[in-house]
This record gives sequence, structure tokens and C-alpha cells, in this order.
Amino acid sequence: MPHDHNDDNPHDHDHGHDHFRHEGMSPSGHPYRPADDQPLTYWQRMEIAVRELLVEKGITTAAEINAQIERMDARTPALGASVVAHAWDDPAFKQRLLADGSAAIEEMGIAADGMKMVVVENTDEVHNVVVCTLCSCYPRNVLGLPPDWYKTRAYRARTVKEPRAVLREFGLELPEGIRVQVHDSTADMRYLVLPRRPEGTEGWGQEALAGIVTRDCMIGVAVPQPD
Amino acid sequence: MSDTKKTGHRWHDMGGTDAGEIAHDQHAYALWEKRVDALLRLSTVKGYFTVDGLRRVLEDMGEDAFETMSYYERWIASITQNMVEAGAFTIEELNARMAEVETRGPTYGEAQGSGE
Amino acid sequence: MTLLAQVASPPFAPPYPTRGGRFAPGDTVRVKRGDAPGHMRTPGYLRGRTGRVERICGDFGNPEELAYRRDGLPACTLYRVRFTMAEIWGDRAEQPADTLDAEIFEHWLEATDAP
Repeated sequence: MPHDHNDDNPHDHDHGHDHFRHEGMSPSGHPYRPADDQPLTYWQRMEIAVRELLVEKGITTAAEINAQIERMDARTPALGASVVAHAWDDPAFKQRLLADGSAAIEEMGIAADGMKMVVVENTDEVHNVVVCTLCSCYPRNVLGLPPDWYKTRAYRARTVKEPRAVLREFGLELPEGIRVQVHDSTADMRYLVLPRRPEGTEGWGQEALAGIVTRDCMIGVAVPQPD
Repeated sequence: MSDTKKTGHRWHDMGGTDAGEIAHDQHAYALWEKRVDALLRLSTVKGYFTVDGLRRVLEDMGEDAFETMSYYERWIASITQNMVEAGAFTIEELNARMAEVETRGPTYGEAQGSGE
Repeated sequence: MTLLAQVASPPFAPPYPTRGGRFAPGDTVRVKRGDAPGHMRTPGYLRGRTGRVERICGDFGNPEELAYRRDGLPACTLYRVRFTMAEIWGDRAEQPADTLDAEIFEHWLEATDAP
């Protein structure tokens, strides 16, 4: 990919994964915090040492590590949004999605890669919200990395006991008479909330539908807004 | 392991415990953190340990670690312990390399090596 | 009196392979107690609580063994169990009829006479 050559470190352009030497840019073009904005920490020193030892011992390679970073960078909530839009548009796909989330996303060319996903559907009777009280399990393959708040003590402690107060804190007030259903990802399953398709989206194409499905809708702390 | 006696559940078993407002700060991921994430994925896929081992060590690090270390700091600590237990490298090798890394320069950018 | 949560009928089939365990969807089960140390995936807030099996997830390696470098075999049947908030939190429940689903391994579950 095109990039500036104003840095002080000339490097070989024969290798496709050289770009980690660039100040602040990931292979997918997302900016990182600058590598030299703070003194080297003990844990960063450990990461460098461990990474190098694993490469030297042939357990992995720099290219493999870089490829994994790239793979993770490519996973964003847009993937999950496309799954939701497809389900809204295609009732038969939706049933398959609810029966086996991982198999259904594979149909769409999204790699489940060992993730075992259960999709839970919001209806006019039930609103779902997902938490991992024991750590921070999250459906990374369709949503990317979890937000920091998902990993906080407060979210993990309170969502299973006072989900409505938590949702209110996120700005979500639920309609009268709806049941809240909390999913605690305690073991091998990972959960994705299938939000309700809002009124006023009739006739929308899948791309437009996906555009209103945010990460927070698929965790269950928000609902899609069709404006 | 020993904290269960006081409360009947371990510190990391947070469901239903008292807590205040949920902080919504989001930090920007640093390259070293993404590397830690990748190392976890690769080590487990290659069979050196499982995510259960990652969690077990994180839990055994205790509540203080949760309060004082960042998420990926705890992860690299856990990955390292799991890899030592798996025999991927020795503590002697780790010591030598960590010391050498420290001589490379004061910032991550300088110390990270070639990335190759 | 326990306010038991309803589960879907017909139930979702197990999404992952299972030899079949002791319990079936719709069964009433109680989560065992236990205050031993170690790596477990059964949260404290559910211990001693009664719920209904929502679906069988499949058979998976025992995380309590895998965490300590053992192979976790024979694989254990994992269930999604649904609880009412009234059952879990009693008088302190925010909304008694709200529900919570959690994945619980078979060896943490016991049959119960509750209706």
C-alpha cells in the first residue's frame, strides 16, 4: 500500500510485511498510539522478549504474527451488522442463524474459526443483553475486540443483577411489559444479539439496514435507530 | 486460589457484587497490545495451552493485578507463565532476553526490534 | 415459591455434538454449591439456584481440567440453563420475571423436585 518515506529508517521493500516499522500505522492502515510516546514498560519488555523467543524457536514467525494482527484488525462490528441485515432481509437465513450462529455466518463467508456462536433474538416480548461475569468472553469474530467498558468490574458485576439500570445508564429505556433476558457467557458459547428491525425500514437494502446496526445493539445495550 | 473462604466465591467471579457506574473510556490499542492478542491466539491454536489456562493464571494473579495492571499487561503475564509451563522457553532464556531488550533503548519503538 | 422461567418449545437442538447427557430441555435443575478453590466456570451467584434447561449446547472439554494442562476428557455435556431474576436475587430482584441464561456443565447440576 502507498506510504510516505520520510522516516529515518530505510527498509527493504521486497517484503510485504515490513510496514510495522512505520511510525504508528498498522498493516490495515489503522493508526496505533505512537510507539515512542512513553518509556518502555516492564510488560512491553516481556512482550518483545516472548515474541522474539517464540520466533527464534520456530514456534511462530513474524509474518504469522503480523497476519494474525491483520486478521483481527479486519474484524469490526460491520461484520456483525451484515449478519443482522441479512437475517432481517431473509427469514429462512434468520432461522438458520438462530439454530446455529457459527454455521450461518460461514454461509456468508465470515470465518467462525472455532468460535461457537449463539444468536439471541430481540422480539416485542424480550430484550437480550450479553455479559461475561467471569472474564470478558465476546464474539470477536463478528464484532472485533470488545469495548473497554465490557471488561469493567461495574459492567460484569451489575448486568446480571440490575440489567435495566445498566441499560438506562447506556441511554436505553425499554417499552412497558418487555422482559429482559441476560446472557452470561460462562463457558464455550459466544453470544450475538439480533436486534429488532425498526419500523420505517421497509424496503431498505441490506447495506442500508447494516448501516443502522451498531456494536452496542449487538451486545444489547442499544437498539437500532432508523433516522 | 485462597480468596474463596471469605466470600464463598473468588475475586474474579464478579456477578452480583457491588459496583458503581460503568466507565465508558476507550483507549486506543497500541501495537504491543495487538501483538499480545496475536500471541495468545497463536499459542493456543498451536496447542501450547488453552484459553482455560490463560484464565486460570489471570485468576490466580489476584484482585490487585486486576486493579493495577491493564488488560493486556495481565494477558502477557499470563501468556508468559503458560508458555513457561508448556516448556516453550525457559525462565533463563526469558531473563536473558528481557535484559537484552532493556539495553536497546528507552522506548518501545526502539526496543521492539525488527519485527521480522 | 420458585417462579420458574419458561423456555422455548420446541427447544433449539444442540448446536454442537453431544452423546446426550442426564438432562433434557425443559428439565428443572439446581446448580450445586461448592466453595473449593480453583478454576471453575460456574458463577457464585448461581450456586444453589434452580432453573430450567433451555438447550443442550454440546459436549466440551472440562475447563477445570484444561486450565491445569490436562486434556479435559471425557467431554462434559454443557447446558444453557434459564433462571428467573426472582430465583437468583429474591427480594432484591430488579424485575422478578426478568430472566438470565448461563452455560453450566452437567457435573454442576442436579435434578430437583421443584415443580
